[in-house]
Amino acid sequence: MSKLIYLDNAATTKVKDEVFDAMLPFFKENYSNPSAIYSFAQSGYSAVDEGRKEVAELIGATANEIYFTAGGSESDNWALKATAEAYASKGKHIITSKIEHHAILHTAEYLEKQGYEVTYLDVDSDGKISLEDLEKAIREDTILISIMAANNEIGTIEPLKEIGRIAHEHGVLFHTDAVQAVGHIAIDVNEMNIDMLSASGHKFGGPKGIGFLYIRKGVRIKSFVHGGAQERNRRAGTLNTPGIVGIGKAAKISGESLSENAEKIAELRDYLIDRVTSEIPFSRLNGHRTERLPGNANFCFRFIEGESLLILLDQAGICASSGSACTSGSLDPSHVLLAIGLPHEIAHGSLRLTLSEETTKEDLDYVVNELKRIVERLRSMSPLYEDFIKNN
Amino acid sequence: MYSEKVMDHFNNPRNVGEIENASGVGTVGNAKCGDIMRIYLDIDDDGIIQDVKFKTFGCGAAVATSSMATELVKGKTVNEALQVTNKAVMEALDGLPPVKVHCSLLAEEAIHAALWDYAKKKGIVIEGLEAPVADIEEKIEEEY
Repeated sequence: MSKLIYLDNAATTKVKDEVFDAMLPFFKENYSNPSAIYSFAQSGYSAVDEGRKEVAELIGATANEIYFTAGGSESDNWALKATAEAYASKGKHIITSKIEHHAILHTAEYLEKQGYEVTYLDVDSDGKISLEDLEKAIREDTILISIMAANNEIGTIEPLKEIGRIAHEHGVLFHTDAVQAVGHIAIDVNEMNIDMLSASGHKFGGPKGIGFLYIRKGVRIKSFVHGGAQERNRRAGTLNTPGIVGIGKAAKISGESLSENAEKIAELRDYLIDRVTSEIPFSRLNGHRTERLPGNANFCFRFIEGESLLILLDQAGICASSGSACTSGSLDPSHVLLAIGLPHEIAHGSLRLTLSEETTKEDLDYVVNELKRIVERLRSMSPLYEDFIKNN
Repeated sequence: MYSEKVMDHFNNPRNVGEIENASGVGTVGNAKCGDIMRIYLDIDDDGIIQDVKFKTFGCGAAVATSSMATELVKGKTVNEALQVTNKAVMEALDGLPPVKVHCSLLAEEAIHAALWDYAKKKGIVIEGLEAPVADIEEKIEEEY
């Protein structure tokens, strides 16, 4: 296949050149265990230190509030399970939303089995939670509010600052799964009243297998991975030096060009949204029109099914993803699309295209043209479309 | 994840379309679960399937199994068509991933539903043919 247009940047991103170059020496030259005492370990130790500072700076935290993990899922698990454990004497109630990533939802379900109570907040048709609903859901025994910063499927950005304010007014901790947001939109843990934040390196130009949990000073959660004394006794395991160097470098680069990149990518995203929704009949945009991640576009095309769409896009050299049931191996379509009120048959025909700073207008023109051809082809063989045409 | 044959039938589906005044039409599945198949049969006075067409809303496997099912019944007698099982469809496609087996069941059910419609229109009874299930996905969920 000659052409490759990668529009699945919410799934993972390409490691930036500068990130890759910065990581390389820590595989073979400076391969030391940074926890060791000899001087050979010094460069590794310094590099970890630097990485921690760079990550902290991106979210307005201090370096000693950053705890490196293996990625977003571990960070989410840690935040929820450890908070539940540490604050059980205060209460056993947790508030989250219906559109969280499965790393949150499945962890919350696990905690329910352990005797915790979880409130799953509804979202509106754009995918936003209601602050009123949130405030009403808070009880005497509520210990944690966990709401994602931006949704991984439909890109909608949640009102973090207000959520954090409400949480703190009621003396409740606020965790946010910011895996899709960090490095793409401005996040400031102090301004936004965030107590814990999960992020993952490979979503913003860093390597896979490294992430972090920000834990505000004073939040008393304990270790989740037991073993050595790494990460100030809170997360055991030999420090992933190349990974930490990589996520640090990626954080630094993303931070430096954040608003410039976001503006440029959002402009292309809007171009894509306008073309698709105006040129393909019976299509709709999912998620908030403006308060969405700069690189996220999510559409539904009536009368067709997502997996067929993805296979044909793939054959045209386009990498995309879908909330269709068939891609997930279950019969139900995306829980996010159902939560924003889409009927099953429409939710099955969804397509997520996520852009990066490497995406060009020419790429998008090609994608829109292919999309028009493919949607038309699938509709021509759809019994739902046949019925619709006959009845209208 | 799909065999070459599945991809071939997905990319070049055989017998896509509609038949006007078809001898029998069957639609199975539901949009809720993401698969709908409709089969049109043109059956002559000798009970031979002269033509068959399909339309499918669904994943790659749903399209491929529909396409293969039409190939397997074309030119056959009604009774021969009744013997085309989901297993036969799967084997002819060199297999399906486990989560897609239900697509082959749907294809078998779509053929049966079209034959049922044909029998009803003709006022005949086809031995061994049962009334189509209203919701195949429910039946599948019970079986698995």
